[in-house]
Amino acid sequence: MTIKTIQEELIDEFAMFEDWMQKYEYMIELGKSLPLIEPSLKTEDKLIKGCQSKVWLHSELKDGKVRFTADSDAIITKGIVAILVRVFSNQSPEAILAADTSFIDEIGLKEHLSPTRANGLVSMIKQMKLDAIAYQTQLKT
Amino acid sequence: MALDVQKIRADFPILQRQVNGHPLVYLDNAATSQKPQVVIDAIVDYYSNYNANIHRGVHSLSQEATDVYEAARNKIQQHFGIQHAHEVIFTAGTTHGINLIASGFSSFLKKGNEIIVSALEHHSNIVPWQMLCERTGATLQVIPMKEDGTLDLSAYISLLSEKTKLVFVNHISNALGTINPIETIIQKAHEVGAAVLIDGAQACSHIKPDLAALDVDFYVTSAHKMCGPTGVGMLYGKEVWLKKLPPYQGGGEMIKEVSFEKTTYADLPHKFEAGTPNISGGIAFGAAIDYLNNIGFDAIEAHEKGLLEYATEQLLQIEGLRIYGTGVKKTSVISFNIEGIHPYDIGTIVDKLGIAVRTGHHCAQPIMDFYKIPGTVRASFAFYNTKEEVDRLVAAVSKAKQMLT
Repeated sequence: MTIKTIQEELIDEFAMFEDWMQKYEYMIELGKSLPLIEPSLKTEDKLIKGCQSKVWLHSELKDGKVRFTADSDAIITKGIVAILVRVFSNQSPEAILAADTSFIDEIGLKEHLSPTRANGLVSMIKQMKLDAIAYQTQLKT
Repeated sequence: MALDVQKIRADFPILQRQVNGHPLVYLDNAATSQKPQVVIDAIVDYYSNYNANIHRGVHSLSQEATDVYEAARNKIQQHFGIQHAHEVIFTAGTTHGINLIASGFSSFLKKGNEIIVSALEHHSNIVPWQMLCERTGATLQVIPMKEDGTLDLSAYISLLSEKTKLVFVNHISNALGTINPIETIIQKAHEVGAAVLIDGAQACSHIKPDLAALDVDFYVTSAHKMCGPTGVGMLYGKEVWLKKLPPYQGGGEMIKEVSFEKTTYADLPHKFEAGTPNISGGIAFGAAIDYLNNIGFDAIEAHEKGLLEYATEQLLQIEGLRIYGTGVKKTSVISFNIEGIHPYDIGTIVDKLGIAVRTGHHCAQPIMDFYKIPGTVRASFAFYNTKEEVDRLVAAVSKAKQMLT
């Protein structure tokens, strides 16, 4: 599935909810269902700075696709992480770099996009794109 | 006398608004207080009717502005029981006041001297002393804290010696609300000849300190915690200390005569007030002090004590909820966590329900490290909060717990 298709899927899913509470309950569910990250990968260098809660992001390149795994100690943040992993994992570095993130606004989580927001959604996206740049360079050389 | 909280709430325009579709419940008063209309009016009145630079113009507007600004200084002097008005220095806030003292002490300290700070400090209060130690070769000693969030006084007493030159402690901890025994801290420091600086940022909205009775050497606070505007604060220093300390910043207002060979400094308080000050801020600070005194600190204390007791009792009904900072003497601040839930998650959900609390480490990382937690949820109450708002907090936290587990 392309990034665009996954994003549209998410927009449809979130459109079903009538209020913020259902939306957050769903995010909490997504957070709980996020595959566990290897404890050995939860190291200081995998931590994303700028989050009030801790977020660990790990990536690897397999068959030209970037695979992301992640975790957080706060469940709502983990839900956001789960959404990002679903959108960006198993995509080529080019596709990740070309993707826009306006879907976050469309699913009604715009408040989490503000750079001053302590959950660091912006920092997470930035780190995912930086990883993609690194793999892109690796593939070219 | 009990205060009429509904009448008081009508004085605060912001308390009438809605947040996320709910009437705002503002419980982040330890971060900053809301402003009553009279304080807002004082700012508008200055800019609308007598805006002029102070202390130097001969024209009427300038004199009018100077009079009102200096009247605000007198209000601060009286409020805090300060002997001389020139011992009141207007600052940009608590942090500015602390840095002014830390910078001034550079010229008094040398290798082998010691500065004592407490484990309950705000980050901003630790860094200036670390910098001062780097500059002078003095060393920093820390008064440890106990499990209930109070300071270990016997450890403090054993840290004191003739090497101690300065003791720095907050009057009330911002993260936990603990009221520190500053009377004893000051007295013991003086016995070894050390000066004491007290950070009153968290105290002055709850209690009215009598600085002369405390015999403290320096005391700093911010207007914005006490219904005044941001960007203005107060440094009190004993005259003898303020005369001894070198000026902090160079500029206009702080000089007497200037030539390229030598400049002589202005008298107190102007020696420490370089440049055009925050005039409207100082004036509004005065208006805020009048406002609080009209309500009366006895009434404020009684009301807040009632809220603290009620909120503590109600919150503890929630299973798994733990309160940090359980010392007997504390102000209306409740720092808590629910077992297995990150404070950030609780803060996010209760915000959706119109309730403003603070989450995180509250700029007091050492305290969080002590309890081995990432942070807490902090609800801090002011005299304009109500029991109904406590009920809404408790309901929102219960809702958050239900959603998050």
